[in-house]
Amino acid sequence: MAEKVVNIEMINPENLVYQKTKVLNDNVMHYCPGCGHGTAHRIIAEVIEEMDIQSEIIGIAPVGCSVLMYNYFNVDMQEAAHGRAPAVATAVKRLWPDKFVFTYQGDGDLAAIGTAETIHACNRGENITMFFINNGIYGMTGGQMAPTTLEGMRSSTSPYGRDISMMGNPLKMTELVAQLPGTCYVTRQAVHTPSNVRKTKKAVRKALEYQQKNMGTSFIEIVSNCNSGWKMAPVESNNWMVENMFPFFPLGDIKVPDEE
Amino acid sequence: MEEYKLMKGNEAIAEAAIRAGTDGYFGYPITPQSEVMEYLMAEKPHERTGMVVLQAESEVASINMLYGGAAAGKKVFTSSSSPGISLMQEGISYIAGAELPCLIVNVARGGPGLGTIQPGQADYFQATKGGGHGDYNLIVLAPASVQEMADFVSLSYDLAFKYRNPVMILSDGAIGQMMEKVKFKEQEPRMKTHPDWATVGKPADRGPNIITSLDLDPARQERFNNKLQEKYKKIREEEILFEEIDCNDADYVFVAYGTSARICQKSLQLAREEGIKVGLFRPITLWPFPYEQIIRLSKKTKGMLSVELSAGQMVEDVRLAVEGKIKVEHYGRMGGMIPTPEEIVLALKKQIIGG
Repeated sequence: MAEKVVNIEMINPENLVYQKTKVLNDNVMHYCPGCGHGTAHRIIAEVIEEMDIQSEIIGIAPVGCSVLMYNYFNVDMQEAAHGRAPAVATAVKRLWPDKFVFTYQGDGDLAAIGTAETIHACNRGENITMFFINNGIYGMTGGQMAPTTLEGMRSSTSPYGRDISMMGNPLKMTELVAQLPGTCYVTRQAVHTPSNVRKTKKAVRKALEYQQKNMGTSFIEIVSNCNSGWKMAPVESNNWMVENMFPFFPLGDIKVPDEE
Repeated sequence: MEEYKLMKGNEAIAEAAIRAGTDGYFGYPITPQSEVMEYLMAEKPHERTGMVVLQAESEVASINMLYGGAAAGKKVFTSSSSPGISLMQEGISYIAGAELPCLIVNVARGGPGLGTIQPGQADYFQATKGGGHGDYNLIVLAPASVQEMADFVSLSYDLAFKYRNPVMILSDGAIGQMMEKVKFKEQEPRMKTHPDWATVGKPADRGPNIITSLDLDPARQERFNNKLQEKYKKIREEEILFEEIDCNDADYVFVAYGTSARICQKSLQLAREEGIKVGLFRPITLWPFPYEQIIRLSKKTKGMLSVELSAGQMVEDVRLAVEGKIKVEHYGRMGGMIPTPEEIVLALKKQIIGG
């Protein structure tokens, strides 16, 4: 009975303090409970709604956990081959220069198989916005080592921890693209706390506004947890992310336009 | 207005593409087709028609740019040569799977591997039997002259948009590099409207357009595959193109496309001067392949020689058509070598007439 009362109170218009953005539809997301993808989706969708650009934006989905993101967004979207989203986005933007174009990619997609496409799109200064979800692991395929897997971090293909001498170093793609003249705005954010969600949302808005001003590539990394892949409970994985991921992938702006 | 020019096959493709109202070209340099992008860059098509030309970082990027451009409802093409086309196979499979119209030009060279920069026709299997993963087909056109290099551009776009399917022009280094007189059509305007499935930004009055080749539900994925196969069946029924030269009274037939067909025209004359009645059957669409037309020809001829710059690829399709009823052999050179008309006549005598 108590549950029913709460529900009725929640749907009273005067009690409605939060509403899901119309840029996301009502499909149930397939993401694991505790994963950051849903929050990242919501933030991007909210900014699209707030900027009133739903009819002018084209999104490019990756291969990875967010391969089905087009099932949740109420915008025109294309599904790219693994790693190729920046090339796909390049053509869409060049052919439709007045539209907004964004890619949304994970670490395997953007920083391993798609490294060439990422670097060259950024270096050409394609006027697109790239969202990079970095959780240090291949989530969709079941927790294999990613280019961003930390030293000593366990995955199904580094079961004894990432051994640098054998498996190479984790890659800081965001610092790398920040050095390229084509990028105008490069920042690293997270979505594990309300305050970080607010900061990320501001960054998303800035990135799309820079795109509107034709300033070059805007690039936002969102360091995220993967509680399933990391074999941890959601809260535990967020704590682990703060303690282990953030020292290697520090949050904050790496490159901002001169005007700021 | 219509005009004649003396040009390389590669340049003719580029000029014809501008005139066909192409919206975008994305490519990567490779011999023997680099003149395509060089011509485009020199012509400044962004000033002539507003066409976008971009040199990509790789063929992998070019083909995925093609995917993006086609999915955004634009008329786009790329060109490359054999090793580059191999790199594009993943993207071509995605383009076929997402049912996107576009044009891919392969000015083929000898292989395998880095091979050679001289002409080859050893990409026939790759072009007509799949190349990438999954059950799909490209429409494949084989030009045999610089004029056809130009003419097949707008034909390719027509077929691509009619069927929502990628089209390949399978040429070779000889046709790409040789200069001939070519007549161009008038400038067509670029498309002002775009297909209703294209991702151009979602207006309020429709749902989102999604371009994807993914469907995790096997029953739906099978239904989609069946739909693709229906489309390919329709293309096989309606779009076959071929040319017959002197086949009416022929006892023997050369089957050849592209550069090989050009050489066989001379071989045919030489053979007829010796009193051997030879015809030439030239498939223009390599896919769909003109099986029925070859079956018909096989009923009134004694043997066929498939002449290709390969170890014998198209010959398998000729044999499939003929079903063992008459003799079918292959003659070819590889590694960028080109046979003389005389050696083809000799091969006909040895392998078909005397054999």
